[in-house]
Amino acid sequence: MTDSAQPILEIKNLSKRFGAVQASDHVSLSVLPGRLHALIGPNGAGKSTLIGQISGFLTPDEGQIILKDRNVTHLSAERRVHMGLGRSFQVSNLLLEWSARRNVMLAVQARQGGSFRFFKNVWKDQALRSAAEAALQMVGLQDRADIRALELSHGERRQLEFACALALEPSLLVLDEPMAGLGPEGTAAMTAFLEDLKHTIPILLVEHDMDAVFRLADDISVLVYGKIIANGSPEDIRQSASVQEAYLGSSSDAA
Amino acid sequence: MSRESRVSLVVLVGLPVAAFIAHISGETYIINLLTRMTVLGLAGIGLNFALGYGGMVSFGHAAFFGLGAYVTGIAAFHAFDDSLFATVPFELASTNQMLQIWLIALLLAGLLALLIGFISLRTSGVYFIMITLAFAQMLYYFAISWPTYGGEDGLSIYLRNEFPGVQTDKAFSFFLLCFAILLLVLLLCWRFVNARFGAALQGARMNALRLSSIGIAPFPVKLTAFVISAMIVALAGALFAELNGFVSPTSLSWHMSGELIIFVILGGVGRLVGPLIGAIVFVLLETYLGGLTDRWQFFLGLILLATVLFANGGIMGLIGGRTRHD
Repeated sequence: MTDSAQPILEIKNLSKRFGAVQASDHVSLSVLPGRLHALIGPNGAGKSTLIGQISGFLTPDEGQIILKDRNVTHLSAERRVHMGLGRSFQVSNLLLEWSARRNVMLAVQARQGGSFRFFKNVWKDQALRSAAEAALQMVGLQDRADIRALELSHGERRQLEFACALALEPSLLVLDEPMAGLGPEGTAAMTAFLEDLKHTIPILLVEHDMDAVFRLADDISVLVYGKIIANGSPEDIRQSASVQEAYLGSSSDAA
Repeated sequence: MSRESRVSLVVLVGLPVAAFIAHISGETYIINLLTRMTVLGLAGIGLNFALGYGGMVSFGHAAFFGLGAYVTGIAAFHAFDDSLFATVPFELASTNQMLQIWLIALLLAGLLALLIGFISLRTSGVYFIMITLAFAQMLYYFAISWPTYGGEDGLSIYLRNEFPGVQTDKAFSFFLLCFAILLLVLLLCWRFVNARFGAALQGARMNALRLSSIGIAPFPVKLTAFVISAMIVALAGALFAELNGFVSPTSLSWHMSGELIIFVILGGVGRLVGPLIGAIVFVLLETYLGGLTDRWQFFLGLILLATVLFANGGIMGLIGGRTRHD
């Protein structure tokens, strides 16, 4: 662990309760620069609730979220994006009627600001177009720029979401199950992509695919019933008895 | 040039040409009919800005249409007997100048839309529809219970108000004035829709969560579009009152809101010139089919049903083809 480095994202004692369900129970974790931090846990462990709070769509009952030394606990989701928090969604979240390029162009526009400009034609804005091309190139989608998001394959939509997220030039990426539904080839490609990406942008990864997690992660936190039950390097987690019992039991037998 | 642009061009050239032919053959009735199409089309274009591009299905835009009409009627009412237009919050002399009347109508409609939008845009779907409807109905009942300005009987405008350099009491001149405003509004809407604002607005319609997740808050974008839309519709309401020489409380009722939605759906949701086509077809049906049978709205219903079922994108979608997104 590089304890000296300032964390990009730090979560302190986050709690959130829905009625009788304690979805987050004093959760603390941090994501360090240049590292990929994986968050794993069985279904219903509260991973989505945690992501919701980090990205600003849910308000925690107590605790703090610190993004780049600033307390963002009560800032809107949009403000957090402007402060460098990028994210991808479990279910594709795109402007389906628009071409891939237009989707990315809107993200570039969002980063630059000026969504209250009323006169200049946005679709002929060369600076916007070339920034979008660059982001599409990064995910390998440059040849599909003119295709409507609706007509892209599931895997391509994932790539497009990444292009949008990267166009925002984030200082942290929160990825919610990026491998879901990709198939073995897609998962391999995505793993290779993230392996490269994590050196430039620190990542908080929520993922069910354990092969990918153990290949990519520098740090792992295990969430069960809203509580972090273990936290450490992939090796520590693999050997932790409580994790074996609570979560990995069946899958480590199979492996 | 796309097929949609060509269709738009034909309509926008055809309307003044028809009016000119009617003018030289002395058919004032026809000119007024064409003016009616233009003004109702303008209102439809205003609603389409919120409904088509922003996905805000407002069932209360009659509030703005009627507001524009009443400002015109009330101004004319006071200008006729030379009394004050307003005493609160300050004394305002009445005027028979359209430009001044429109300024007041636009300001009031903008403020009202800010209030209605601020409350109703926190909801969506059927709740949004019901809240906008409720606001418009409040205004409607307010108007019919205000005897000073005619109550249920409405308000007559004895002399058409004035516009510098235009003989507004001549049918063809007034048509040209309305048509020029229509062109100006179309030009503005076209610029808005294709600018950064329009991109954000259409993004908000398609997927508000996407917009949030790239850092644009949807609420202020939609509220701004709602206000712009209301102001256009109010301007159309003001012209409608001038055209008819009469302001009726029905211009505030939910029937009017419904008619505006019909123009948009018939012509093509999210098509710039679509609502004008919708209004033209509506007025043609109302006039000629309505002359044959009182039950013309039955046939309007059939046409609307066919449009919704078979012509995705309305009449403009049918003849103008799919929208292009390069």
